[in-house]
Amino acid sequence: MIRTVKTEEITKTIKEMCIEANHYLSKDMDKAMKDAVKKEESPLGKQILNQLQENLQIAGDDTIPICQDTGMAVIFVEVGQDVHVEGGDLEAAINEGVRQGYVEGFLRKSVVSDPIIRENTKDNTPAIIHYSIVSGDKIKITVAPKGFGSENMSRVFMLKPADGIEGVKNAILTAVKDAGPNACPPMVVGVGVGGTFEKCAIMAKHALTRNMEERSPIPYVKELEEEMLEKINNLGIGPGGLGGRMTALAVNIETYPTHIAGLPVGINICCHVNRHIVRTI
Amino acid sequence: MDKYINAPFSSEDVKDLKSGDYVYITGTIYTARDAAHKRMYEALEQGEKLPLDMENNVIYYMGPSPAREGRPIGSAGPTTASRMDKYAPSLLDLGLKGMIGKGKRSQAVSDAIVRNQAVYFAAVGGAGALLSKCIKKSEVIAYDDLGTEAIRKLEVENFPVIVVIDSQGNNLYETAIQDYQR
Repeated sequence: MIRTVKTEEITKTIKEMCIEANHYLSKDMDKAMKDAVKKEESPLGKQILNQLQENLQIAGDDTIPICQDTGMAVIFVEVGQDVHVEGGDLEAAINEGVRQGYVEGFLRKSVVSDPIIRENTKDNTPAIIHYSIVSGDKIKITVAPKGFGSENMSRVFMLKPADGIEGVKNAILTAVKDAGPNACPPMVVGVGVGGTFEKCAIMAKHALTRNMEERSPIPYVKELEEEMLEKINNLGIGPGGLGGRMTALAVNIETYPTHIAGLPVGINICCHVNRHIVRTI
Repeated sequence: MDKYINAPFSSEDVKDLKSGDYVYITGTIYTARDAAHKRMYEALEQGEKLPLDMENNVIYYMGPSPAREGRPIGSAGPTTASRMDKYAPSLLDLGLKGMIGKGKRSQAVSDAIVRNQAVYFAAVGGAGALLSKCIKKSEVIAYDDLGTEAIRKLEVENFPVIVVIDSQGNNLYETAIQDYQR
């Protein structure tokens, strides 16, 4: 059976999600931030984390975006193969939702139309959209507005097979050390291992949208996530990069088959305003 | 140590600010980020006058989200300072006394801070809603066409910052991490 979804509904959903994501952290992120206050050993670090708690409270109560960088709208769209989209172009409907959300929601317009000419598009479009076709008759949408303080500190390493798991560990630590205070720690570290050049980067981005309480279902990857979180939190960078224990809240790693000659590793760093919300139409 | 300072301020005032101090700024500061810095830099190269006098002033690297009705400004936290490193030494040499941002600075900026007896503060990144409460007035004074990147004059009250690089060149990012490294 084919199910029909109207583009209007997609637009309305995306609009609401852009506004919600920029004012309220998802429950899992909110909990992670509260836990961080308890775990932090540095007095200044604790003070900063408490300020961030206060910031979240004000953002929600007074409808002020959590961070002024309300991001470039990154959207994962999983379209069920039994869905028929009616009422025009799907991509146009998504971008219209972003436009309405950013304009009507008093969110910052941070997108320029050309990377060199750099004229602001004034409505934060276009979004970065990652589509996948899945089974079923639903559309699952994940909206993850991404700030660029941390985006700029992200990396892709094309390692050699001989570099192995130690190479992956070094790559992650190098990226986090270089990011330091620039990426607004405590950060969330998304990692993609395997695939191709672009696949590892998209996996790293997608890994940031994972529920903070979930670990990888693959045993060695789960161990790697836990080991890397501990190593990162031993770097001493801390909240705001001003020293402390809470440098990262989670390390989320996704893997994919790769070529006999390669070991691509993508590391996408996100600040503590790791915005990700999901809705299914 | 907690300190209170009025902006604009002089080299004399800056001497008392030490790396690691928690400082509350009250007074007038200005915003400028990437595009405004590029434009100011080009103006200087052309021998033109800058839209704001650098002498004793403070620049906040910040591009706010739009203000809702009845409010002076939207979310207003710091942006990454290193993107302004190319331009900052020239502005410091013209008398700029303070910069507020987040993240590391280049050696050239650190040298210019010491040379001109200035200071680099960090505000807490990602605390834009909280920081907006300390901004009482905001007015675009130049480059209006740049939208969020326009130069704004802000009136701030007890705006909380931390001294990262002081006028002696001490850098909190380098020293603080050592205390918690394992």
